[in-house]
Amino acid sequence: MSGFTPASSMPIFVHRSRRGAELVLMILAVAVGIGAYTAVGLGVEGKIPVDIVGYGTWLVVLLVAAHVGVRLMAPYADPVLLPLVAMLNGVGLAVIHRLDLAAGASETDAFARQQLIWMTLGVVLFLITLFLVPDHRMLQRFTYTAGLGAVVMLILPMLPFIGKTINGARIWINLGPVSFQPGEVAKVLLVICFAGYLAVHRDALALAGRRFAGIDLPRGRDLGPLLMMWAISLAILVLQRDLGSSLLFYGLFVVTLYVATERKGWIVVGGLLFAGGVFAALTLFSHVRVRVFTWLDPFKYYPVGDDGVTSSGQLVEGLFGMAWGGMIGRGFGSGEPWRIPYANSDFIIPAIGEELGLTAILALLLCYGLIVERGLRTAIVARDDFGKLLSVGLASSIALQTFVVVGGVTGLIPLTGLTTPFLSYGGSSLVANWVIVALLLRVSDQSRRPLPTAPSDEDLAAEETQIVKLDKGALNR
Amino acid sequence: MSELTLFLIRVAYLAILWIFVLAALSVIRSDMFGARVTNASAGQPAAPPARGKAPAARAPRRGVPTHVAVTTGSNAGVTVPLSQAPIVIGRGSDAAIILDDDYASTRHARIAVSGDQWFVEDLGSTNGTYIGSVRINQPTAISLGTQVRIGKTILELRK
Repeated sequence: MSGFTPASSMPIFVHRSRRGAELVLMILAVAVGIGAYTAVGLGVEGKIPVDIVGYGTWLVVLLVAAHVGVRLMAPYADPVLLPLVAMLNGVGLAVIHRLDLAAGASETDAFARQQLIWMTLGVVLFLITLFLVPDHRMLQRFTYTAGLGAVVMLILPMLPFIGKTINGARIWINLGPVSFQPGEVAKVLLVICFAGYLAVHRDALALAGRRFAGIDLPRGRDLGPLLMMWAISLAILVLQRDLGSSLLFYGLFVVTLYVATERKGWIVVGGLLFAGGVFAALTLFSHVRVRVFTWLDPFKYYPVGDDGVTSSGQLVEGLFGMAWGGMIGRGFGSGEPWRIPYANSDFIIPAIGEELGLTAILALLLCYGLIVERGLRTAIVARDDFGKLLSVGLASSIALQTFVVVGGVTGLIPLTGLTTPFLSYGGSSLVANWVIVALLLRVSDQSRRPLPTAPSDEDLAAEETQIVKLDKGALNR
Repeated sequence: MSELTLFLIRVAYLAILWIFVLAALSVIRSDMFGARVTNASAGQPAAPPARGKAPAARAPRRGVPTHVAVTTGSNAGVTVPLSQAPIVIGRGSDAAIILDDDYASTRHARIAVSGDQWFVEDLGSTNGTYIGSVRINQPTAISLGTQVRIGKTILELRK
């Protein structure tokens, strides 16, 4: 049986485990994280930070735990995802710490410390997810439970007492001393729900309806799920005033729908519905109009526009910061990123652009690109429909979120409030994204694991030979 | 701290950042091209040469399966041509092979082809699909005569 007998040979990839490569990248990621922390200390205070040993140990312990967990529970998982995430998280921590120093925050109420605690929780949940989900296909059983859970999560902030409005958006709930954005959890649940639903119903939704301009449009009667998702997204926009999440959930559904059915018609229909929604929101809601006006002409509304209310201060300060940073930035401690309101959450990219420059921004964006690429590659090698759709959904949730927030702060698209995954300060987002990575690694482990060996032709033939031999012996006797 | 030192720190840090990115890229590159490519059949351990004086006629058959047959269980004798692939097996009325087996799920398993290799895939059944005594948890290659057990039913590919 040489390699040139195409009749019975099907080339298959045997993926290697690659845990060693992951370890090397993890060490580099830790170097990037702790290096940033040290550079912040040197740049801002002129000395190596006193708590560098404690901080470094904490970070190393967390990342070693994550790596060992992957070694034990998902040995064939993708080797690049975890280091990329660890690196982004490390850089985020350092930049948040830098902004803490600028704000003169004390040790205990510093955002960086809280973020480190959230990261600990994220890594713990990452390990728990890997442990509780030994096979991603068991999640398909919870398709509708996940959908219901997501809706409950989205309704929670609307309830009295526990719901809380911060900066005009009603997306928070109070859990004693901490507040939490249940929408971030809803994001993960929705991806599971979309993937489970579409893995089963994709054949029906792929049926072609009328053909228009070379594109098969879907049938009218199949529009139900899309219309429902569109209505939910609009409801989030109207009731919670959360433009970013609304965009993210709707985009996620259209992407998963398109991948599941391979019909361009869904993109067309989804795009038309989106345009209709945007038009309606523009005419009806002032908070959406403000975002578009400040995007089209940011400097007209700086610091406060002609009408005395509309302000593009945040966006313009961010643009100034990035412009001043230039190619290689001012260096940690030499910029003034505290001028940007919320520099540690939504506007962390301009803060990095100011102090580390375009060079660092490009490196970080490349890392996001690689995370998404690894997610989509997982989808390609996944062996089951649900796994494919799940990893596409998870990867595009990171892609959409990064695009929406980076596009917003750089002035490419209107600004919407979303956190930069792994980089920004924000516990709910960080924890949810760690769970997303755990699920991606789980699907990746399942799909890269070598196939179990089944009895081959030869074994069976050998067995049969023995039986015939016995017959022959009986005859000879 | 002097201006120059700060500048060097900044450049060094950006270099570390990019070294990380390039290292990640090189791992991805080796992951893409470094995987061993084998043949589905060559991936199995090679069969020991047939012992004794086995006549050539009984040497390994290289036939192509044409149908799937139920060999054991209450539906024994049912056959379905493989031309209808993918074949869904289960208790549901939309299955190609409808099993009258209390231990089978509505849509229990699927037999599908990829190239010349046939695969059986469990569709998330409650009681599982077995090859020999091994419960399969992903699409598994099967060939002529491989016994696939679902509940009390056994199926196999036939010529």
